[in-house]
Amino acid sequence: MENTKLLNLSANPHIRDNITTSSIMRDVVIAMIPTTIYGVLQWGLNAALVVIFTIAFAVLSEYVYEKAMKLPITIGDWSAAVTGLILALNCPPDIPVWIPCLGAVFAIIVIKQLYGGLGHNWMNPALGARCFLLISFAGKMTSFTPVGADTFSGATALAVLKADHGATVSLVDEFIGRIPGTIGEVSKICLLIGAAYLIIRKVISPKIPCVYIATVAVFTFLFGGFNLMFTLEEILGGGLIFGAFFMATDYVTSPITPNGQIVFAIILGILTGLFRLFGGSAEGVSYAIILTNILVPAINSVTIPKAFGKEGSKS
Amino acid sequence: MGVSTFKGGVHPYDGKDLAKDQPIVEIKPEGLMVFPLSQHIGAPAKPIVAKGDHVLVGQKIAEAGGFISAVVISSVSGTVKGIEKRLTAGGTIADAIIIENDKQYETIPGFGEKRDYTKLSRDEIVSIVKEAGIVGLGGAGFPTNVKLMPKDINKIDYFLVNGAECEPYLTSDYRDMMETPEEIIGGLKVVLSIFPNAKGKICIEDNKPEAIARLSEMVKDEPNIEVLGLKTKYPQGGERQLIYAVTGRKINSSMLPADAGVVVDNIDTIVAIYEAVCLQKPLVRKILTVTGDAVAHPGNFRVPLGTNYQEVIAAAGGFKVAPEKIISGGPMMGIPLFKLDIPVAKNSSSILAFQHDQVSAEPTTACINCGRCVAACPENLMPTLMMKAALSKNSAKFEALYGMECIECGCCSYVCPAKRPLTQGFKQMKRRVNGERRAAAAKAKAEAAKKAQQEEAKKAEEVKK
Repeated sequence: MENTKLLNLSANPHIRDNITTSSIMRDVVIAMIPTTIYGVLQWGLNAALVVIFTIAFAVLSEYVYEKAMKLPITIGDWSAAVTGLILALNCPPDIPVWIPCLGAVFAIIVIKQLYGGLGHNWMNPALGARCFLLISFAGKMTSFTPVGADTFSGATALAVLKADHGATVSLVDEFIGRIPGTIGEVSKICLLIGAAYLIIRKVISPKIPCVYIATVAVFTFLFGGFNLMFTLEEILGGGLIFGAFFMATDYVTSPITPNGQIVFAIILGILTGLFRLFGGSAEGVSYAIILTNILVPAINSVTIPKAFGKEGSKS
Repeated sequence: MGVSTFKGGVHPYDGKDLAKDQPIVEIKPEGLMVFPLSQHIGAPAKPIVAKGDHVLVGQKIAEAGGFISAVVISSVSGTVKGIEKRLTAGGTIADAIIIENDKQYETIPGFGEKRDYTKLSRDEIVSIVKEAGIVGLGGAGFPTNVKLMPKDINKIDYFLVNGAECEPYLTSDYRDMMETPEEIIGGLKVVLSIFPNAKGKICIEDNKPEAIARLSEMVKDEPNIEVLGLKTKYPQGGERQLIYAVTGRKINSSMLPADAGVVVDNIDTIVAIYEAVCLQKPLVRKILTVTGDAVAHPGNFRVPLGTNYQEVIAAAGGFKVAPEKIISGGPMMGIPLFKLDIPVAKNSSSILAFQHDQVSAEPTTACINCGRCVAACPENLMPTLMMKAALSKNSAKFEALYGMECIECGCCSYVCPAKRPLTQGFKQMKRRVNGERRAAAAKAKAEAAKKAQQEEAKKAEEVKK
């Protein structure tokens, strides 16, 4: 009757949910497939090469670093692939392939691994690398390929609006993605399909993206001359949808507290509006996100909710 | 009227189909009976029998050791073999009375005779419950008579019978509700007679519609008793969550349910109260579910207290395969067992045997700050931040994050995609903080005593002058 084999012991609970870090990261990759396909179809071979090589370099540099430092190999958790893909989708379609590859190495080694790897980086690796590339290769990173035979000769919708507030950009074109821009940011319909997938799978909550976008809308409406059309064009024209659903929701670099997430999203919205309307560049999402990432620990520490049954107490 | 559930919680696979339709089977033990003196919260009981004494079913063999303590009753007739140290389900080694069962089941006089509770005063009922050795049978083992004597009986306006049975796999409360509903209602009427302003509510998760229907039908003519369906979600049966779901009132770690005007007792405890008061049967048995994918014939058993776990498992057909993990209790809050040579006690819970241990199969990886633990926490805590405090043994930070409010329900560890042992960290940290608090209190006491002594000496000095 008594067991000869030793029994396992551990503290409760003794069962676990099926969701794992890798299943979550895999879902994020799946959610970006529609916009990736759109970008590749619209711009062709170079865009495809950028995507493939950036992911490959991100995964490879994680592997090499961990191997060299004798750390457990974590490429199986898909997080390096997510970083590579987000970075690739943030690059112009005709960029020389080596530039995002360099960015991928920077993202993984400098921003992620040097701080201790997954979960310990305080800045979104893909966005940090994008900003590094924007500063280092400003021309290459901001020269966008025109779409079809028309129109803005490679200027993004937001750049056109910035140069001339009275200009109009077709909202339908913005929504579908028939505008110049980075590989993954242009097709709002594809991005929203991916975002819906993440929300349905409960990988992300719509809270941060919705508050973020709403704040940008209010800010743009108030400071952009009470122009509804202009406000809509600003929301759909640039990287806001991509940034709000896929980058501002990065677990590691966003607050954990329910109220902190709202504060975070409002700051993102205000900074984005400021950078876009009053800054030098037409875009502001990337800088807004990495700057607000710095504030996350502070936001967390001032927004700890009261425990259940402790609402009335002071301590 | 409150809400019918709480914020947070999880929905694990419930596994109840294994044993839910198995009627309760009575076990007649063969081996030595072991009665630990500590099978409740509070001071250990004091034995009142000695080696060689003959005892009967229902006879008191140990006296309560303090205000918060409980008597121990023999579940068999036979001879006391002695008082020895024995391993208990909780993993501690404690003094226990050993009785050799003569299998005659001779009872004390009056055992099982009907009694009309309406002719008893409140104090008589509380005293019967105390002398019957009844403690909370949901697993905590808090002496029930203490719960029945709050400071102000008029302040109690709800008496909740906890039939949530939110732990996966467990079905003993469900079987109680299906097989002896009249005893549950009878027991509830007994306790309601103590509290003049209380309404009785039998609270059942809505994954047990048959039990809800059955009890609802039986109480339809009882103006003061209501059956309440609750949303099926773990830990719906947690005391704080249950009280909130039913009454909308919130209690925290430094409050008792009575502070919110509520008394909560588990289904089987209510049945035990009925048996003690109306049938003159003190607490001599426990309903256990023996289940899990390693058990040959999962089922529910009425087990005399003191029976060896091995006999209980044998009654369920033994193991069909060698289990990797055996748990006393449910999969969310149960305690793992390393040996089966332990007695069934009042605070024992079900026995769950798994072929495969899911916990050891999945490696722990880095926290990705996903916030699933925050969403799952029924106490509105920040498990991911608390874990950082726990790993650095930062008690002040842990307390500032309300860590001491943790009810160790396991929801955070259950949902964690990185498979981090959050609950384990918090259990250790809570112990650490409690230890520090005790040490600080002892130090303060010692310093006060020293100061008093010095002042005394000073005074004596002055007098001399």
